[in-house]
Amino acid sequence: MAHGPAKGIGRWLFTTNHKDIGTLYLWFSFAMFLLGGSFAMIIRAELFEPGMQIIRPEFFNQMTTMHGLVMVFGAIMPAFVGLANWMIPMMIGAPDMALPRMNNLSFWILPFAFALMASTLFMEGGAPNFGWTFYAPLSTTYAPDTVNFFIFAVHIMGASSIMGSINIIATVLNMRAPGMTLMKMPMFVWTWLITAFLLIAVMPVLAGAVTMMLMDINFGTSFFDAAGGGDPVLFQHVFWFFGHPEVYIIILPAFGVISHIIPTFSRKPLFGYSSMVYATASIAFLSFIVWAHHMFLVGMPIGGELYFMYATMLIAIPTAAKVFNWISTMFRGSMTFETPMLFAIAFVILFTIGGFTGVMVAIAPADVQYHDSYFVVAHFHYVMVAGAVFSGTAAVYYWLPKWCGRMYDESMAKVQFWVSFVGFNVTFFPQHFLGLAGMPRRYADYALQFSDWNMVSSIGAFMYGASQLLFLFIVIRTIRSGTPVSEPKVWEGAEGLEWTLATPVPYHTFSTPPEVK
Amino acid sequence: MPTNPVRATLVKLVVGAAGMFLFALFVMPPLYDVFCEVTGIGGKTGSAYQVSEAGVDTSRTVKVQFVATNNGAMPWEFTPKVYEVRVHPGEPTEAIFYAKNRTNRAMVAQAIPNVTPFGAAEYFHKTECFCFNQQPLDAGSDADLPLVFIVDRDLPKAINTITLSYTLFDVTDRVDGAVAQLN
Repeated sequence: MAHGPAKGIGRWLFTTNHKDIGTLYLWFSFAMFLLGGSFAMIIRAELFEPGMQIIRPEFFNQMTTMHGLVMVFGAIMPAFVGLANWMIPMMIGAPDMALPRMNNLSFWILPFAFALMASTLFMEGGAPNFGWTFYAPLSTTYAPDTVNFFIFAVHIMGASSIMGSINIIATVLNMRAPGMTLMKMPMFVWTWLITAFLLIAVMPVLAGAVTMMLMDINFGTSFFDAAGGGDPVLFQHVFWFFGHPEVYIIILPAFGVISHIIPTFSRKPLFGYSSMVYATASIAFLSFIVWAHHMFLVGMPIGGELYFMYATMLIAIPTAAKVFNWISTMFRGSMTFETPMLFAIAFVILFTIGGFTGVMVAIAPADVQYHDSYFVVAHFHYVMVAGAVFSGTAAVYYWLPKWCGRMYDESMAKVQFWVSFVGFNVTFFPQHFLGLAGMPRRYADYALQFSDWNMVSSIGAFMYGASQLLFLFIVIRTIRSGTPVSEPKVWEGAEGLEWTLATPVPYHTFSTPPEVK
Repeated sequence: MPTNPVRATLVKLVVGAAGMFLFALFVMPPLYDVFCEVTGIGGKTGSAYQVSEAGVDTSRTVKVQFVATNNGAMPWEFTPKVYEVRVHPGEPTEAIFYAKNRTNRAMVAQAIPNVTPFGAAEYFHKTECFCFNQQPLDAGSDADLPLVFIVDRDLPKAINTITLSYTLFDVTDRVDGAVAQLN
């Protein structure tokens, strides 16, 4: 058998091993998660009481913007790319990713992108302050000069995502073990295959949007400037043509993870595998034709509002199919409630709440009330945090023992689960009330009647933030001194090629492809 | 050596990604403009209109209101001389806007029209408009800005009031030499 990993820092800088690169992605994303989380803590500390307490409003705007950008592009997306790197070759019986050197490049340009973006915090004029959706002309005519750093950061990050996606598609389409047909692929591989196509379709559109911004700002064009014949509303169309598929890019791999964990701890195969595949594909298709539901208030003709309203509500159908399939998988299974399963069940419940509020904001006439309020903030945190982040945490607890051959401390992990679960709900559930009562999002201050729920929400946020530090501690402790495990099937109910490998997983796996029957 | 299937996939995907980038940059903006022009949504009005011989529909009267707004920190005085007129569809009507450069430097402005309700945009024709050109004004000078418009005879019956809004933008920086020409 070939050699093990190289020694020293060179192992990480020059590695082309999918497991090393997966690890790099996961650590990078966790670092970004803490960075974005610290911005969130500043936001919630400022909103603890009405009036300006700690920071200035200009800095508050930078915090909301950077929180969104870092969490979406720096924490959640790389986390799932990391999981894909680790798991896809092992799940399809391939020795590595199809394009290992491009894999190295796609990771190593990411730290530069985020260094570029974070460095703006220390520059004159401050960091981007126009919200993570960077609507023109706020992000062009009225933006701080540092917007150019932001634009290049987005370009680099987009290039990284596109390379990562190309790699995943090339791997899945060309390197599956003999006998593994598309309809025998594990769900995580399916969801990532579809996600990768979404990324290739829309990340270039994001790059196009920021390129147009760059030209408007520096080269005198008028894509988004009405004075020169452009249209600011065009920006919103281009942005959301990227932005709506983007939210499914974030959530589909999370669906994949959950579709592995629930069968394992229910000790039953996934219910309705093929309907899961078709539901994923339908969600991906629908995500391209609903973008303007983010723009109900720009002044659309009534026909447009109705179309985008109905098309959006249609997405609830494949999504519900998935939720029912997960419930049916659990139904009459012999369930146990280890930490990954707890996170997975919490995912199903909380994601469904987020899905329902999604249907509420999709109702065009009602959206007039909800638009840009804390109700929307609560909605997308239920799908992004309780959806993507809970699923990522579940994935780490589920696969970490397989990766490093050591079991995490179950009771500490359960504490972490309950603190996150309670902290999350205490933070975001009251934000529904705040939004319905009329509190607008992205403001550094608020009217007195919103004080109580904001204080509750801030306390929840600190709780949730602390639970993530505990998570970091548990993971490090597991890697360093967790109880050793050596059975290939770390979880007795787990199915799939990855569980036929030795534990801990050797540095090189499936040098000869396994046979799938 | 047989063709490498991974390389073939790679090439297809790279071409696809590059295609989407070009689509966003060169297809989406013009497509959006065409879409808005065809459907009339967005309230954008067309360019100079050729008068047809359809005649005036005196049986109907439409109220046309004028609004003038300065964009951002635009320091000019900008206002319609008459705020509201009643016209018959098909009848060419003149309206005058007044602009004064209150600064002590020569500036160039561009007025951008918008029609509300959006459904009226395609029935609101301008045969002559100061918005077709940029407006240079010397420091402290003023000008009457003319507009001639016709409301189409086919204007939907449900629309009885049309609001024409102009927003005035400072474009001094983007027109090299325009200020120099003034002097």
